[in-house]
Amino acid sequence: MSAISAAEKVDGFTRKSVRKAQKQKRSQGSSQFRTQSSLVELSPLPQLKDAPTTEQQELFCQKLQQCCMLFDFMDSVIDLKSKEIKRATLNELVDFVSTNRGVLVEAAYPEIAAMISNNIFRTLPPSDNPDFDPEEDEPTLEASWPHIQLVYEFFLRFLENPDFQPSIAKRYIDQKFVLQLLELFDSEDPRERDFLKTVLHRIYGKFLGLRAFIRKQINNIFLRFIYETEHFNGVAELLEILGSIINGFALPLKAEHKQFLMKVLIPMHTAKGLALFHAQLAYCVVQFLEKDPTLTEMVIRGLLKFWPKTCSQKEVMFLGEIEEILDVIEPTQFKKIQEPLFKQIAKCVSNPHFQVAERALYFWNNEYILSLIEENIDKILPIMFGSLYRISKEHWNPTIVALVYNVLKTLMEMNGTLFDELTTSYKAERQREKKKEQEREELWQKLDELRVKETSGMLNNTHSLQNAQNNNNTSAK
Amino acid sequence: MAGADGDDSLYPIAVLIDELRNEDVQLRLNSIKKLSTIALALGVERTRTELLPFLTDTIYDEDEVLLALAEQLGSFTALVGGPDFVYCLLPPLESLATVEETVVRDKAVESLRKISHEHSPVDLEVHFEPLVKRLASGDWFTSRTSACGLFSVCYPRVSSTVKAEIRQHFRTLCSDDTPMVRRAAASKLGEFAKVLELDYVKSDIIPLFTTLASDEQDSVRLLAVEACVSIAQLLPQEDLEALVMPTLRQAAEDKSWRVRYMVADKFSELQKAVGPEITKNDLVPAFQNLLKDCEAEVRAAAANKVKEFCENLPDDSKENIIMSHILPCVKELVSDTNQHVKSALASVIMGLSTILGKDDTIEHLLPLFLAQLKDECPEVRLNIISNLDCVNEVIGIRQLSQSLLPAIVELAEDAKWRVRLAIIEYMPLLAGQLGVEFFDEKLNSLCMAWLVDHVYAIREAATCNLMKLVEKFGAEWAQNTIVPKVVAMANDPNYLHRMTTLFCINALSEACGQDITTKQMLPIVLKMSGDQVANVRFNVAKSLQKIGPVLENTALQAEVKPVLEKLATDQDMDVKYFAQEAISVLALA
Repeated sequence: MSAISAAEKVDGFTRKSVRKAQKQKRSQGSSQFRTQSSLVELSPLPQLKDAPTTEQQELFCQKLQQCCMLFDFMDSVIDLKSKEIKRATLNELVDFVSTNRGVLVEAAYPEIAAMISNNIFRTLPPSDNPDFDPEEDEPTLEASWPHIQLVYEFFLRFLENPDFQPSIAKRYIDQKFVLQLLELFDSEDPRERDFLKTVLHRIYGKFLGLRAFIRKQINNIFLRFIYETEHFNGVAELLEILGSIINGFALPLKAEHKQFLMKVLIPMHTAKGLALFHAQLAYCVVQFLEKDPTLTEMVIRGLLKFWPKTCSQKEVMFLGEIEEILDVIEPTQFKKIQEPLFKQIAKCVSNPHFQVAERALYFWNNEYILSLIEENIDKILPIMFGSLYRISKEHWNPTIVALVYNVLKTLMEMNGTLFDELTTSYKAERQREKKKEQEREELWQKLDELRVKETSGMLNNTHSLQNAQNNNNTSAK
Repeated sequence: MAGADGDDSLYPIAVLIDELRNEDVQLRLNSIKKLSTIALALGVERTRTELLPFLTDTIYDEDEVLLALAEQLGSFTALVGGPDFVYCLLPPLESLATVEETVVRDKAVESLRKISHEHSPVDLEVHFEPLVKRLASGDWFTSRTSACGLFSVCYPRVSSTVKAEIRQHFRTLCSDDTPMVRRAAASKLGEFAKVLELDYVKSDIIPLFTTLASDEQDSVRLLAVEACVSIAQLLPQEDLEALVMPTLRQAAEDKSWRVRYMVADKFSELQKAVGPEITKNDLVPAFQNLLKDCEAEVRAAAANKVKEFCENLPDDSKENIIMSHILPCVKELVSDTNQHVKSALASVIMGLSTILGKDDTIEHLLPLFLAQLKDECPEVRLNIISNLDCVNEVIGIRQLSQSLLPAIVELAEDAKWRVRLAIIEYMPLLAGQLGVEFFDEKLNSLCMAWLVDHVYAIREAATCNLMKLVEKFGAEWAQNTIVPKVVAMANDPNYLHRMTTLFCINALSEACGQDITTKQMLPIVLKMSGDQVANVRFNVAKSLQKIGPVLENTALQAEVKPVLEKLATDQDMDVKYFAQEAISVLALA
């Protein structure tokens, strides 16, 4: 979003290194801070544990209110005393809700919700680094973490308190609250996202009425991530939560869940930053297939549709995921997708990038996959043979060639007769392909000629004589 | 069309369709890209009855193929038989408008918008508008998103009952459950408002605008800011205050910086749309706030607009507002903590001098320029220097020259070669404004130093710079100041520097004219033909080819020809090649 600066225009190369040199792990304040004006200095309240039981509740609420005050952490010397008071109070509050029973009375809920919202809900500031690469760059850390961390801590203890009553809390922890919570998952600070993950998980577990809403909003976040912004820091965390949500789905799966799989999770494989959340994504996909094996065909066809064309690193990830799927596939499902799948695998084994070829060839080390291949050798061998035969002679990398020999040997042992037939017909097959290719070219040539004729035909109406010449010219060629 | 009748049997549709189904995506893509050729082969009739149904039925493919298809269909009208049959294209485009991939969908919508104009009013109501309605009430968000872009193209040409339906659909989509759809609706709000009757703008669009502008998602709210510009342009001045301003004020103070950024980014458009009175009362304080925003992103966007905003202020209060409201903020921005903000400001601040005139510029702006010229960040300095011409017109550059010089010298020696490159490009401009005396005294040595820079691009730019300087100051100046230094480099021990001599001569010969070239430059070039480095020798051949046309013919025959002939027998292949090339180009054979 930041304006393109002259330096960017001027110096495209050293940009990154210079920027990195300039900022030594800066931390960020939050946009919301400016709304607070005229800070009043906090004064310490008495300790909760020293207060008589009758006054404890009121003191608890007072302390919660006191913690609603926000401080500017970008300025490290300002309000030091008040900051320390708030930190100590938050610590005390965490301790109070985790060790005491019977402290969560109904009147405390709105105060608690207000304190939490006030502290954690904020518009995340613009990223310091517009093309932040989560794999390479250091994340910008939240400046007010010393306080926010304790607030999250408190929030968790509150949700996990045995006296916690969702029926009361749902008045405050409602759809709007959850929506704001979900937006925070975009935080660049991994520590914050980690807390959010646990918090959201607890909320999903305790508030049955919010479950559908949470799933739908995650859905929306993912769709925006895939099709609009291509940027969201908390994808991996959300997927991790979803992994366990999917695990708990009842059978038969609802249409809504299947749609989520096909229209959200599968297209997510196209994301540029797939490496950051692929493990979690693959886990979700496999969870779905373990629940309902009939989805296998759709899923594999989906993955084949989005198969990476140029990014070898992603291709390796896809192959890994396919292997995870094949590990749990039912033989009947395997038959349905073996043809398109092995056509892709045949392309992968002959990939010039040795890591891709190697990853695909490793399939032959998997006992279960091997047994599936053996069962369907009549179908698979003809698909694989051409590629394997060719690269056994052509691949530049000796490791790949060695692996291919092993694979060919395994396949030969599975069906020697077919193998021999394919070996003898290999040349004829190549020639047939060449011929077909030639025919295609001829067809298109004819079509193009027709097009030329058409266009000159239009001219013909007005300049018949000139056109006759044109025709002569074309036929002369 | 003629092609179809005789050749029918040659191109059975099955063969063509096989091509569209080819297993190889690349081949399939190629076929789709030549879809018009296929349609031509089939003729209009069979394109309508066979090809289009096939395309509609089999849309499940790689997004790239679908994208090509969506694009092709937008210009297919003639191939299906002209405007009378254009509605045949709707079914495949409708399916394409529902796919997930945004680029495909957008392209399908673009094509639909294009062919909507080719529909007759009747076809528009019978075929097109029902499609829009189907999309608008689709189950999955993609079709509803696509619908948002189609309302405005059919609205002006349908009956009033249908118009009412369209308005209703648009209203529904503005409050859609899915934020993606609301975003699509918000982004088309301005466009839709433009085709609506004024009464409906007030009764329908304004409430939608207000709702979208207070959406729970900032990504929706910020799109409403864009719509605000279009809507404000449509309304009469007296309605703006009541209908638009509350929302705009709220947007300028939105809690999300993205929305405030959008307001800053669209500030000039907003200013023009709301007119001078509201600008004075509302936009001036809003602009001040944006310039002081807590987010650097917002400040930078606002800083970028300073000049335009000031320029467009009403004449009667322009100076007053600038002096008492804008300038104080600008002064603070000069020492902003964020370099992007400072450099955004530096790129426009010089423009203020034309608005304020000589005296105010000297009193108020000059100190700011000088401060920015000393900024620690090179891009800030560069932006100031690159806009010197604005100031020059008002106060003359002399006022600045004392501070300018250290700034230029520092940039000229910046560690980043792209910064050096940028400053070289401004040299001719600076030279023109500072005059030859100042130049000779202060800048000439810099220009010569660049000739021996260790980066080739700088040396190249430096030679080009010399040429421009000679064009400005004349051949005599060149003879006295530049040529001796260039010629001296011919004896440099570094062959790269010796080559620079040749490059300079290439660039300068024309500007210096025949006399100087023949008498002073040619001897050097000829002498260098005996250089021990082959690269120098073949560059001699190239130089001779380049300066040949400038030379006297006698010199060409008597001096150049023998040297080239000798080079043509050089042991190095490249030297031979370029020598022979020069001989043939100069017709010396």
